[in-house]
Amino acid sequence: MQYLSIYAPVLPEIVVAVGAMALLMFGVFRKATPGGDFAAAWLAIGVLLVAAVLVATGTTGREAVFDGAFIVDGFARFMKILVIGGAVLVIIMSFGNLARQGLLSFEYVVLLLLAVLGMMLMISAGDLIALYLGIELQSLSLYVVAAIKRDEVRSSEAGLKYFVLGALSSGMLLYGASLIYGFTGSVDFGVIAGVAQGQAAAGNIGLTFGLVFLLIGIAFKISAVPFHMWTPDVYQGAPTPVTAFFAAAPKLAAMALLMRVVFTAFPGIAPQWQQIIVFLSIASMLLGAFAAIGQTNIKRLMAYSSIGHIGYALVGVAANNEAGMQAVLIYLAIYLFMTLGAFACILSMRTKDGMLEDIDSLSGLAKTNLSMAFVLAMILFSMAGIPPLAGFFAKFYVFAAAIKAGLYPLAIIGVLASVIAAYYYLRVIKVMFFDDATRSFLPVERGPGFVMTIATLFVLFFVLVPQPLVDAALAAVQSLQTIVPVP
Amino acid sequence: MTIGIEHYLTVAASLFTLGMLGIFLNRKNVIIILMSIELMLLAVNINLVAFSHFLGDLVGQVFALLVLTVAAAEAAIGLAIVVVYYRNRGSIAVDDVNMMKG
Repeated sequence: MQYLSIYAPVLPEIVVAVGAMALLMFGVFRKATPGGDFAAAWLAIGVLLVAAVLVATGTTGREAVFDGAFIVDGFARFMKILVIGGAVLVIIMSFGNLARQGLLSFEYVVLLLLAVLGMMLMISAGDLIALYLGIELQSLSLYVVAAIKRDEVRSSEAGLKYFVLGALSSGMLLYGASLIYGFTGSVDFGVIAGVAQGQAAAGNIGLTFGLVFLLIGIAFKISAVPFHMWTPDVYQGAPTPVTAFFAAAPKLAAMALLMRVVFTAFPGIAPQWQQIIVFLSIASMLLGAFAAIGQTNIKRLMAYSSIGHIGYALVGVAANNEAGMQAVLIYLAIYLFMTLGAFACILSMRTKDGMLEDIDSLSGLAKTNLSMAFVLAMILFSMAGIPPLAGFFAKFYVFAAAIKAGLYPLAIIGVLASVIAAYYYLRVIKVMFFDDATRSFLPVERGPGFVMTIATLFVLFFVLVPQPLVDAALAAVQSLQTIVPVP
Repeated sequence: MTIGIEHYLTVAASLFTLGMLGIFLNRKNVIIILMSIELMLLAVNINLVAFSHFLGDLVGQVFALLVLTVAAAEAAIGLAIVVVYYRNRGSIAVDDVNMMKG
């Protein structure tokens, strides 16, 4: 039995994997549940919560399993808690909606569990093989989830687009991984860092090529411009609960992967990836700000908004210092809460005739449902970066880090882009508070209401108690920076 | 002439480029896109096996086997999505995949 204990760090992943398979059995051997499989959904939440507790209570410090392919450190723990927390909240708030659409089957929650498992593997990846397998496990589950509404052409079109572009990006990422393997002789991040360190800036053209392809692949997954083409269509076409999941968990996992790759495998050739990240960041911030202005569909608006947010988070990566990494983690945590809150509101935009997605249908919301209008307004103010809400501090930390690193143009463009972006957030608030009411929504359900409450409390009161999150992010970053001795 | 690693890399790079062009230039059929994706993954496998041979390191071949497995799963899921799409839309022409724009 004793040799099994070396696998203890992988326990959360094992729980999720076994849980997903057990749920599959549970679903197959049970009678059909036409109204929606609530039991399976609660069991999935239970599995995720057990995994989260195991992650949180696991050994402190850094542990590597499977020959360094799987790393558990403070950074991995921080990101895994965020991802699992996001997934749990998304499932909680989408029960009712899924059941009404006839989508709450056990297959759906099993696919979500497998996607979360893929994300956990991505976050903990310690070599190129684990990185690729984690990404694929996550993506393959998400392709199916995007097309889960089989009888609707928009949903299947979203699935198709996501699949084609996702597979293209996996191919690029893999080509990059093969070049990196060939020109460094290893797939292990630590060894790659050692080989890359000793080389002159433009000395190893193959390695640089590989790095570029790898970053393109990851940029697709975080939907950074110019690799964002799939995002608006997939967000709009997929069922709203699925969109909420897409906006929350996978983005975080892919950002974690990006940070792990650039900071542990390529710290020695920072100037080369830094210019790529700077470009991605500027392009994402600007496109996120301008392209969202003309949107009428709120899910599409959220897609462009999330592209912009990824741009701001990348500012912190580009800064390439401890403050920058810490800022990215804080940004991602705050982004998670804001996104969940916004989608809880979108999930509550329902009338007797069905779900609405137009921004105009929010008109006069303040007169018919003041509390929901208040929640959405606070979240949108926060996304626009208006103090003293949480979103302001998220932006403040990344721009401060960029200035510390001497990236003045990046910080200035970022601030300008966030001013432009404020326009379309404020437009939604104007529609809610100053236009005439044309319809009233059904009362907010318990699940979305719960998530709205959490998100609003977080957004409002982060200013009073920022310390826990800031300290946790700092501890996570310091564990990522620990120099690993090359064997 | 001896065949060195650069020849293998050239073949792989050409195949990879062909696959990528196949995705972007093809306006006819989604199935062609699936084939192009396979082509890209196989190009990567040539790369991995060639590197593995010339480095004298087995990890590359292990990686290639894993890529093959994942490629099979990916093809299965891709075809399933195409079938679902065809049932709803009655066509798998790339130009018809345009319900959402903007």
